[in-house]
Amino acid sequence: MTVAVFFGCAFIAFGPALALFIFTIARDPLRVIILIAGAFFWLLSLLLSSLVWFIAVKASRQEEATAQKGLLIFGVMFSVVLQEVFRFAYYRLLRKANEGLAAISEENLSPISIRQMAYVAGLGFGIMSGAFSMINILSDSLGPGTVGIFGDSQYYFITSAFMTLAMTLLHTFWGVVFFDSCERNRWWAVAVVLSLHLLVSGLVSPSPSHRSRAVRTHNTCADKRP
Amino acid sequence: MADEYHQNNVSSEDTETHCRPAEPGGAAGHVQGDTELNGQPPSTRVIQAEDDDDEELTLKYGAKHVIMLFVPVTLCMVVVVATIKSVSFYTQNDGQQLIYTPFREDTETVGQRALNSILNAAIMISVIVVMTLILVLLYKYRCYKVIHGWLFISSLLLLFFFSFIYLGEVFKTYNVAMDYLTLAVIIWNFGVVGMICIHWKGPLRLQQAYLIMISALMALVFIKYLPEWTAWLILAVISVYDLLAVLCPKGPLRILVETAQERDEPIFPALIYSSTMVWLVGMADGRENRKNKSSEPESPAVPDQQAEDDGGFTTSWVGQQQHQLGNLQSTEDTRREIQGMPSARPSADPSDDEERGVKLGLGDFIFYSMLVGKASAAASGDWNTTLACFVAILIGLCLTLLLLAIFKKALPALPISITFGLVFYFATDNLVRPFMDQLAVHQFYI
Repeated sequence: MTVAVFFGCAFIAFGPALALFIFTIARDPLRVIILIAGAFFWLLSLLLSSLVWFIAVKASRQEEATAQKGLLIFGVMFSVVLQEVFRFAYYRLLRKANEGLAAISEENLSPISIRQMAYVAGLGFGIMSGAFSMINILSDSLGPGTVGIFGDSQYYFITSAFMTLAMTLLHTFWGVVFFDSCERNRWWAVAVVLSLHLLVSGLVSPSPSHRSRAVRTHNTCADKRP
Repeated sequence: MADEYHQNNVSSEDTETHCRPAEPGGAAGHVQGDTELNGQPPSTRVIQAEDDDDEELTLKYGAKHVIMLFVPVTLCMVVVVATIKSVSFYTQNDGQQLIYTPFREDTETVGQRALNSILNAAIMISVIVVMTLILVLLYKYRCYKVIHGWLFISSLLLLFFFSFIYLGEVFKTYNVAMDYLTLAVIIWNFGVVGMICIHWKGPLRLQQAYLIMISALMALVFIKYLPEWTAWLILAVISVYDLLAVLCPKGPLRILVETAQERDEPIFPALIYSSTMVWLVGMADGRENRKNKSSEPESPAVPDQQAEDDGGFTTSWVGQQQHQLGNLQSTEDTRREIQGMPSARPSADPSDDEERGVKLGLGDFIFYSMLVGKASAAASGDWNTTLACFVAILIGLCLTLLLLAIFKKALPALPISITFGLVFYFATDNLVRPFMDQLAVHQFYI
């Protein structure tokens, strides 16, 4: 592993998110705050779901690998559901804040629309999700070692980077669709977002299919684009 | 070295955030109040509308001010984390400890270790409290020269000695050969320019950069010399202390601020990071008064006097009230004072609103960076913990500033951020890390 791998994977995973941040968010302080608060909400949901998973693991018998795998899958599903719940909670919070901002401003217009907030919130979720998935891998890639020397896939870093990219963008799109469907009370669309999130996170298969998993996720990504 | 810590301790009181209410009748209520306007008699509505305008102004600048603080806090944390991850000196246990934490933590039993760390934290906090009281007394009895000299010596030691050590360790890490002559020239220039920028005049950005560097150096010293459990305990206790000292009626910091207000003086602007100072230097009285007003949305003072050893980085110094350099000597008081601008001010000058800056005590910087640095040093090499603590601290700062906009009085900056930071550190390190590791192994993405 070399510095080239590090930079390559880092830019694959975070390049678009960084570009979106620099060109659309960095100038406006309110958007930056909404972004970081979105990241915070995602973090909270992760915290609670890992608490639940941890308790489940400690309560179960630890020797069986299949049981552990099953618990992990349960943990993933629960985490996804909790993330969507927190997304909804963030939506409610932003709605309230929006009303407040509108009331306070001179023309009774909020400086930011709910759609922009949806995009920024989704990006916040996505960046945090991507960072948590990828940062440790990136820091490992700077050190010595050979990927897949024990028979695992040698494309681990690249597939991780692409998956992180996909998840970041997906979170952004899901944020937009979610907030919009909440605004218009289209609950079926919310259910679609939830089920797609479950689908993507649940795409688990044994190691050789890393590439296929990435391709499937990227297809989902393409469909979600509004 | 003892001086610095003493000074640090003394200035802890100053670290509360002070926000003088700009409008005496300002609706200190909700930022989002709208429904109350409905169904009310027109006269009340007018008053409330005016109040809301004031609130709107506060809010309009609120987001910008939050970002004006996010950037330096982030920079300080980045410097500390980068140093911790690359220079191993600051994570090595040399067996040395500060004189304020005499008990060792390498004991046989867990109970003994816990007891030692509690004793260490108790000693450190009592030193801080004593220093704060001494500072309040010195200020009350107008011993300004003593305070000024003390801060000067602290910052001298920090700018020259600590940065010399830091540079030496960085050179060792990267195996850079350096002769003493070049080193002397570098350190001399760095230190002298720092002293000038901080205690006198200088470009705003340079001054801010020096304050950030000083805070980072101090945080690194704490990370190195405070043992593990003692450090976490101190963080927790000092945020409680900050809360009490700033908000209780008999709290030393509050007394300090009120004294400064009575005397119509600024508290010493040392050890405060301010975002819009440069144009305040050398201004006449009229401007100064307006400046005072603009110093309202100040951030919580830093409770940690430990920053003292930075020696009065008089950021606010240049900024606010120091329009008369002659006053400088006499008004080198607690940092708090700076925020506690006297209430005898003319009404807000609208043209100043755009230039209102925001202030945060350096102790806040130091403790935030110390938390994040400790998280990156101690959390099994895990970056997720560092990231989680970073986001938690930023959100805490955001909430504190929101409260500041609502309540318009001095507020402590440490409690909310440090609480979030500690909660997220322990939760992420113990709960999230194994979960994320398992997910990464099986390549699950959530």
